[in-house]
Amino acid sequence: MMGETKNIMIVGVGGQGTLLASKILGAVLLAQGYDVKVSEVHGMSQRGGSVVTYVRYGEDVASPLVDTGEADVVLAFEQLEAARWLPSLKPGARLIANTQRMNPMPVITGAAEYPTGIFDALRGAGVALMVVDALSLALQAGSAKAVNVVLLGALARQMDLPEAAWQAALRKTVKSQFVELNQKAFALGYDISKG
Amino acid sequence: MSKKDLLLGNEAVARGLWEAGCRFVSSYPGTPSTEITESVAEYAEIDAEWAPNEKVALEAALGAAIAGVRSFCGMKHVGLNVAADPLFTASYTGVNAGLVIAVADDPGMHSSQNEQDSRHYARAAKLPMLEPSDSEECRAFAKLAYTLSEEYDTPVLLRLSTRVSHSRSITALEQRGEIAVRAYEKNLRKYVMMPAMARERHVLVEERTEKLRAWAESCDVNRAEYHDTSIGVICAGINYQYAKEALGSKASYYKLGCVYPLPEQALRDFCAVCKTVYVAEDLDDCIELHCRALGLNVRGKDVLPRLGEFSQGLLRKAILGETLPARALDLPLPARPPVLCPGCPHRSLFYVLKKLGVFVSGDIGCYTLGALQPLGMMDTCVCMGASVSALHGRNKALPEQAGKAVAVIGDSTFAHSGVTGLMNIAYNRSSSVVVILDNSITGMTGHQQNPTTGRTLQGDVTAAVDLEALCSAVGVQDVRVVDPYDMQATEAALRSALAKDAPAVVISRRPCVLLKEVKPKPPLRVNAACAGCKQCMRIGCPAITITEKTEPGAASIAARSKGKAQIDVTQCIGCGVCGQMCKFGAMEQPEGGRG
Repeated sequence: MMGETKNIMIVGVGGQGTLLASKILGAVLLAQGYDVKVSEVHGMSQRGGSVVTYVRYGEDVASPLVDTGEADVVLAFEQLEAARWLPSLKPGARLIANTQRMNPMPVITGAAEYPTGIFDALRGAGVALMVVDALSLALQAGSAKAVNVVLLGALARQMDLPEAAWQAALRKTVKSQFVELNQKAFALGYDISKG
Repeated sequence: MSKKDLLLGNEAVARGLWEAGCRFVSSYPGTPSTEITESVAEYAEIDAEWAPNEKVALEAALGAAIAGVRSFCGMKHVGLNVAADPLFTASYTGVNAGLVIAVADDPGMHSSQNEQDSRHYARAAKLPMLEPSDSEECRAFAKLAYTLSEEYDTPVLLRLSTRVSHSRSITALEQRGEIAVRAYEKNLRKYVMMPAMARERHVLVEERTEKLRAWAESCDVNRAEYHDTSIGVICAGINYQYAKEALGSKASYYKLGCVYPLPEQALRDFCAVCKTVYVAEDLDDCIELHCRALGLNVRGKDVLPRLGEFSQGLLRKAILGETLPARALDLPLPARPPVLCPGCPHRSLFYVLKKLGVFVSGDIGCYTLGALQPLGMMDTCVCMGASVSALHGRNKALPEQAGKAVAVIGDSTFAHSGVTGLMNIAYNRSSSVVVILDNSITGMTGHQQNPTTGRTLQGDVTAAVDLEALCSAVGVQDVRVVDPYDMQATEAALRSALAKDAPAVVISRRPCVLLKEVKPKPPLRVNAACAGCKQCMRIGCPAITITEKTEPGAASIAARSKGKAQIDVTQCIGCGVCGQMCKFGAMEQPEGGRG
């Protein structure tokens, strides 16, 4: 019933909360009885660098990594990072991308330019792209920091898992004083991806 | 159903230590090993601590093991270099209660200064080494390590790697087995390593390795898994997972749970059954060379790299010649290197150093990021503590340039191994200027306490090193403290210290902005006075950008043509450093901010 292993990547910029998102996702999948592996990034790369977290689930998962051409879904917290990880996508895979733009240091110093028209280029490459303005929705929920949970909500809508399981994992993972805020953020992400 | 959870490899090691009845842990933080000890601290039955460095940590753990309690010490690969001195001789003394030493390698150097392979230490120090491939094995092998340690009277190495330490997988949870404290018996011939005794112990060490080799032949952590025998793969740790992912039932596997000593007969048997055998090991060819020494015809580094980490894709391509289709955009994508955080107190310090145009002898920590553009203020970075000792060497070689060179070292790194270098500066009289970047925490590894912070691993209040008094005590008379947010005062202190013909320490003191106790101030605002001169951009704060569009209504010609500075309110913490850079008063500090 578990079928073949599914591969999800959560990519973004160190400090955006990709780790918490992967932790919640991992808890949901564990509760649903899947074999799960989650690979995280700690240490130096966390300081504002490009970060990626892999989540794999199925009947029997071996490697914790998702390699080139293997991802079923990529959840990108930032435009440039969405473009960077395109080679990871399987043919027909879905890319959910936040509209947020964060300038990397080579752009800030003027050594490089932030590419324009990333989303058009991705669509042009035949990617099944879903764009989310997660920062606006997070602010609507009450905090810019909830961007990660908004995006997780958008991802949740694309996955065939009961909503109650997400709510339970959210309550289990998030500090009690932030549960309500995060529930609001999750719902905003979940609803935008209707249909 | 038995209990289980999705644990990080490091958390699972901690769980295994707890289940095994471990009572004492002493470690020094280092990515990717840090979370073992942080996680251990949550078990009340274990007395866990951060030591000032890995040598102290291992000696403390050895002392506790000889005293009779199961003990543990964890570190990253380069930490084992620091702990190598006790390691080699602890192999001779052996233990009383079990001693397990975890060492986490970092293939691909996600957060390290080199890519060394710790397996060489197992052979060199003649110690058994276990290597888990997922979190469940992390837990189980930690327990097995104690059994081996006590049965064979030896410290046991547990080798981890970034992808095992920092991956979560499903782990069984068992109960703690309480182990009685073993009685200590005075035994000069075992515990006092003078030449006569050490000669006797060396005999036992060689015998022990042969006994362990016999164990390795029959233990259940070394096993053959036969599928299609046209391809055989000998592997351990994370590479076992990559190989299974890449090859599935198209290959057979010899899975090593014990990577030293190796089960020679079992490897011969496996190679006799499989047609083409690959040794899939990242970093060095430790297993491959051993197989070749046994006369086994294996492949390995002829098709697999010595550099970086492996993956299923890499093995699929090297062994099957297959690659998966992948797309890429025809757009140049700028890299995103890690950066000093907005408001980081190291930023302004490095800017002042840049203004002074000095040679910077660097060290290991967040502040190593000061080497990157636009600050670019580091000339060397080698290992923990090297900034201080290497500056002394430079100033001995080029005394006429001593007024144009400094060392930079963090508070934790200074406590780790900077203070001995400072002693050398005072003792051997070089006019060296050492800047201690005291941000009140061990930053890069994710906020661990250290002897200078006044808090223990558990966050309890304890004695704190008085850095000023310590520097004076080793013989440095000129010790100053500055706030790096005050760039003018920092520059004056450094100029004065550099001008003198005597050793000096400048303590640049300001807590890390990510600490909970540091409350961010309101973000700065850019007012109409901004001339678009980009002076503020020279400090490399990720919260400041220059707007792309020209603004026809702006106050000056420069602003109309050049674009203006813009502050990202979600990132700015109101440190005010950019305001000190601005000659036009364009960076406004809202009410309640620093003046």
